[in-house]
Amino acid sequence: MPDGFALPCRLGIVATVLLLTGCGGESDPRSAVGIGGQTGQELAADQTLHVGNYAEPQTLDPHRAEGVPASNILRDLYEGLTSEAPDGAVVPGVAASWEVSADGRVYTFRLRDDARWSNGDPVTAEDFVYGFRRTVNPATLSHYSSILEPIDNAAAIIAGEQPPETLGVEAVDAHTLVIRLTGPTPYLPGLLNHSTTYPVHRRSVEEHGNRFARPGQLIGNGAYRLAEWNVQSHIKLVRNEHYWDDKATTIDTVFYYPIENQDTELKRFRADELDITNDIPYQQLNWIRENLGSDLVVSAYLGSYYFGYNVTRPPFKGNAKLRRALSLAVDRDIITERITNAGEIPAYGWVPPVTGYPPAEPEWAGWTQAERNAEARQLYAQAGYSAERPLTVEILYNTSENHKRTSVAIASMWKETLGVETKLLNQEWKVFLDTRRRKETTEVFRAGWIGDYNDAFSFSQLMHSANEMNHAGYASPAYDALIDSAASEQNTDVRAAILARAEAQLLEDMPIIPVYFYVSKHLVKQWVGGRRPNIMDHHYTKNFYILEH
Amino acid sequence: MLKFVVRRLLSAIPTLLILIALAFCLIRLAPGGPFDGEKQLPPEIEANLRAAYHLDEPLYRQFGRYMANLARGDFGPSFQYRDFSVTELIRSGFPVSLKLGGLAMLLALLIGVTAGSVAALRQNSLIDHGVMTTAMIGISIPNFVVAPLLILVFAVGLRWLPAGGLGDGSPRHLVLPVIALALPQVAYIARLTRGSMIEVLRSPFIRTARAQGLSMRRIMVLHALKPTLLPVVSYLGPATAAVVTGSVVIEQIFGVPGLGRYFVQGALNRDYTLVMGVVVFYGTLIIVFNFLVDLIYGWLDPRVRP
Repeated sequence: MPDGFALPCRLGIVATVLLLTGCGGESDPRSAVGIGGQTGQELAADQTLHVGNYAEPQTLDPHRAEGVPASNILRDLYEGLTSEAPDGAVVPGVAASWEVSADGRVYTFRLRDDARWSNGDPVTAEDFVYGFRRTVNPATLSHYSSILEPIDNAAAIIAGEQPPETLGVEAVDAHTLVIRLTGPTPYLPGLLNHSTTYPVHRRSVEEHGNRFARPGQLIGNGAYRLAEWNVQSHIKLVRNEHYWDDKATTIDTVFYYPIENQDTELKRFRADELDITNDIPYQQLNWIRENLGSDLVVSAYLGSYYFGYNVTRPPFKGNAKLRRALSLAVDRDIITERITNAGEIPAYGWVPPVTGYPPAEPEWAGWTQAERNAEARQLYAQAGYSAERPLTVEILYNTSENHKRTSVAIASMWKETLGVETKLLNQEWKVFLDTRRRKETTEVFRAGWIGDYNDAFSFSQLMHSANEMNHAGYASPAYDALIDSAASEQNTDVRAAILARAEAQLLEDMPIIPVYFYVSKHLVKQWVGGRRPNIMDHHYTKNFYILEH
Repeated sequence: MLKFVVRRLLSAIPTLLILIALAFCLIRLAPGGPFDGEKQLPPEIEANLRAAYHLDEPLYRQFGRYMANLARGDFGPSFQYRDFSVTELIRSGFPVSLKLGGLAMLLALLIGVTAGSVAALRQNSLIDHGVMTTAMIGISIPNFVVAPLLILVFAVGLRWLPAGGLGDGSPRHLVLPVIALALPQVAYIARLTRGSMIEVLRSPFIRTARAQGLSMRRIMVLHALKPTLLPVVSYLGPATAAVVTGSVVIEQIFGVPGLGRYFVQGALNRDYTLVMGVVVFYGTLIIVFNFLVDLIYGWLDPRVRP
């Protein structure tokens, strides 16, 4: 348990930069070069960062926000009980240390006493209690409150059956906070840097209501404060002088731009108007590799790209052999090498490589594609299909060039290996979501899932029969029982083993076709230092610095 | 005249009402709702959200509520941009689109009318063919090709101008989007002007003017230009309304925070109130511009004067 390993890195700008390598483990080539002196690696006089951030955040109210673009900005504006190091490791945030009870159900956090709001007010345990209660309060209209359901009574409060005051979060004194859980939740520290757990400044929320998260009104406790919000143009943050670790912060100003068009983003990067892009246009991947190769940063990302079978209707209902046959006949290497081509990892299991989890890859993951195809043909025949009586199936995907190319590739693999006749159907995003949720007409559908926290459970729970995102309609009592028992298991190793058994069960029943695990793809200027790839793709501007260029 | 104005304004009301009712029903008929996302909301949270935005009420009551708010000038809260009202979004987006579109139309009018008139006067000359070929190219090459090319050359290559955004609002940021917006309009207006001018120059009253020994310059400015502009003006009404309410393509490519992006994003996000707000706003503008065109028409052509 990370029992308060305070970061010994508060020695001013230059020292922070040097220590990032010292604290983080493997060295970042950019920060390995000494800053200052003869090396030419001086810090730039202008510490202003320009970041492409895909879309406009719906809100900067941490409890009502959702989605990656909002989270990126909220990480700068607020700080939870825990935070993350540049490499993604969970480190103390407002909480300097914490203890866990023997049964794993009670966490006691000691808050640092120098934490301040951006107006100078002290950040107290009461602020956190107010924040947690606000998130689960149905009146707040939080889209993401269900992520707090491991906390005592949260589920009942969200459902409107109990008052928010009954939530299992309590301030013992100004700097001690206790969180009571319904079961051991080993990923809790990692969850506590999610925006739904951020504290909010009670007085300003009560004064401005749901409009408190606007420039001039937003009071945060993060390393930056909100200076401007020009919708569809930019969000400008400036450093928060009251932040407890402000002396270790280097970047003075950061601009976030909502740029949905990746070609536009690339051009603005090439014109030196952006230091970091949100993504890259995949059609130009080869050009980027050749011309901007040293700026390209690709790394593993906690996401699973898959296709699902609707197991509530024929032909896939009760037909595991057919599901296995179609899944085996998909050549993942072709898809990741010829279609996505950014370094995606071919997936044979459901859970991406997360910390402390033994992946449950099926036996056939180690086979050659020819062996898989041979097995697929056998299973296909056993399921009652043949060249004379081929399966006719429809793949549903949301309109996008990449999904189309992937679906076409899968259809042709099925045709070639098994003789399956595939129809492709694409729908606009919201229409697609609606069709998929109804499970009335879908047969095979595209899907993807990005983990909310770095733990296998963020994926495992999705296939529980009670989960609303179980679009396949998979309902296995054995799987459900394993997931339920993992939720109450205290021993982290045993818990991981149970989750791995659940995944093995899932891959045996095969309600989905895992295709690949995502990667994050960014262009980062050579002069941006302190940024390290991590599996959550979470980054904090306070860790960055800009070199003279 | 006053009677004409009042009659026109009154006749605009049912048009707007039909527009609002149609848009209100159509956007709600589209499958999927504002709260659908890759992360499916738990049912109790979704029910709670629907109640908060009155989406659980019968359609007629929602419509009544919308109209009552609209009558007070309140377009409602945006579903997508949860910290902003639709009125605020239009108020922030429209000035940007108006500035870009207005400048683009002005530029297009100046260059287009001049080029078209010159081409008409020198019919079948080298200049004429040059102008018409350029115009043809301008019309046929779409915006989404021209705009990235402009950025590649002037921002990425030469670094003379910014590649996108509005920055601090300096004129440098406006140059490329205004040119990209104006180009197809220049081409269209030049063609319209040329065709119309040739016809006017052949009409009897010009011949009479010439016979009276007036100089060509005098004939052009005093007699030919006004009737020449008739088709241009009737084109300008809806075109200006379309351009000043924001071009989706240009705003996307240049990352400009105008009104056009809200229209498309609103529809894609099923942001009912935002789509409605933009539709009502756009509809009103079209009606106003068409009305203005009719007034200008009357000034240009005494035969249609009310």
